[in-house]
Amino acid sequence: MPDPSGATSTLTSAPPPPPAGDKAPTTRVPRRKRPFGRRLVSGVSSLWLLVAIAILWQVVAPLSPTLYFPPLSKIFVQFGQDWFTGDPSSLFLSQHFFDAALPSLRRLAPGWGLALVVGIPVGILLGRSAVAAAMYFPFIRFWLAEPKSAIIPVAVQIFGIADSMNVFLIFVGTVGLIIVNTADGVAGVDRMTLQTARSLRISPFTLYRRVLVPAAMPGILTGVRVSIGVALILMVISELYATTAGVGYEILLNQQSFKFLQMWSAFLLIGVISVLLNVVLELIEKRVLRWQRREGLSGQ
Amino acid sequence: MDLHVEGVKKVYGDGPTARLALDETSFTVESGQFISIVGPSGCGKSTLLMMMAGLLKPTAGGIRLGSTPISGPPPGVAVVFQDYGRSLFPWMTVGKNLSMAAAADKLPKAEVARRVDEALTAVDLAGTQALYPWQMSGGMQQRVAIARALVIEPTVMLMDEPLAAVDAQTRADLEDLVLALRDRYDMTVAMVTHDIDEAVYVADRVIVLAAHPGRLIADIPVDLGRRDQLTTKAEPEFVKRRAEVFTLVRRPAATSSAGSDAELDGRPPELKA
Repeated sequence: MPDPSGATSTLTSAPPPPPAGDKAPTTRVPRRKRPFGRRLVSGVSSLWLLVAIAILWQVVAPLSPTLYFPPLSKIFVQFGQDWFTGDPSSLFLSQHFFDAALPSLRRLAPGWGLALVVGIPVGILLGRSAVAAAMYFPFIRFWLAEPKSAIIPVAVQIFGIADSMNVFLIFVGTVGLIIVNTADGVAGVDRMTLQTARSLRISPFTLYRRVLVPAAMPGILTGVRVSIGVALILMVISELYATTAGVGYEILLNQQSFKFLQMWSAFLLIGVISVLLNVVLELIEKRVLRWQRREGLSGQ
Repeated sequence: MDLHVEGVKKVYGDGPTARLALDETSFTVESGQFISIVGPSGCGKSTLLMMMAGLLKPTAGGIRLGSTPISGPPPGVAVVFQDYGRSLFPWMTVGKNLSMAAAADKLPKAEVARRVDEALTAVDLAGTQALYPWQMSGGMQQRVAIARALVIEPTVMLMDEPLAAVDAQTRADLEDLVLALRDRYDMTVAMVTHDIDEAVYVADRVIVLAAHPGRLIADIPVDLGRRDQLTTKAEPEFVKRRAEVFTLVRRPAATSSAGSDAELDGRPPELKA
């Protein structure tokens, strides 16, 4: 079935050419590492756009008449002042950082975590049972099409201005994506793989744990990776609307108090948190899926 | 244990769109025999093997292993599939893939490790437990699939065109390997193949199926003694049997006397004027 997130799992490619003679290699095949010079160039070339934008910003900003658009250098200074004035024991993070970031993360973690805990098993069930899928997918598709930000007033009505409102919103906004991607991954498991598992007479529990779920992992992890982005968006939006603490709240507060440097600084903080989370998830994905032979862009 | 195929029939779908994949088929494979099942595309040979493996339920008839009817994959029966790329689990190492086969029997770890070792040695892949399937060539992967079948110390080994996806030279090696394994482990082997030379070379008996509808048309004994890739194929018995099977498979009209569907000459019926 079509993947509404737009991301699809990658295909495995044909095995690499055989080693010389058909002799079995008895040692592990070493991973190819590109020479350092090439990796450096590749790393730099992937950053050029960021650098170019930064330079552009720095040049254009002092020329602009508006106060809302300070130069990048000033924003960086503010960034350091806001979040990094703590001592080494807390990674130099300031108390302000903890006051702002922790409330947000305290909503993100349960909301998104619950979406994983509920979404993945439900997705597996729907992926396995065509009947269940037929029953529930229309509802889920409608749910995915609905912009989650439209639910904020409803959430506030139900939960009031409390953490549970944010958690609810994040949960409700990400669980659909996870279910659909997981179901996709499970339903897409090669029939031959399942036939083989049947011929090996393994128990249903072992089938799920060691065959079905690993085989469906590309789909599941795609859902995980895509949903964290949505979770972060909903985390911030829910804080713009009705909260008393958090990074989104910081942006709003600073904007309303005309403290634009601090506003940009908070904005940058959200960006950094988001990038870090994505990088961590990507590393996890790479490790779990290291058995996949990828073609195309993500290949060597 | 003898394997009895009794009046087995497979129909897909029902009503007007029903498709008869295999018409009533009966034969017995004696314990320790090596049979090959050969026929043109669409003759139901893979369907037959899947039913023998307990992976497909017959629409009519049944299959008995010894005196026990088969309903689902029976213990002691191992299956080797054609597409090793999709049959071996790519997220597991070779060692893990093989130990999965032993998981159903709940053997102690030491015993599993020993069997995995022995199976890999038997297929000349000793010590490759830590490799992933995709790190190996096609021929090696198919040998891993065969090794996985050996782990359960099977009495019956069923192979569905196992050498179709492998190059010709490797195929010759694997044919001899399977023969050697049959001798060493005293297994009953049924191999589906589209390759007529192979069918006669490996087997004690060749079961020939025809298509449209799939059905058994011949059961040919092959009396060739010890097999050798070079000399066996020059022997008169081989040539004779090969011709026999070839005619049955490729030009059934030349031999069959019955049936309106004896007009098979390799072209699908719809293309005839």
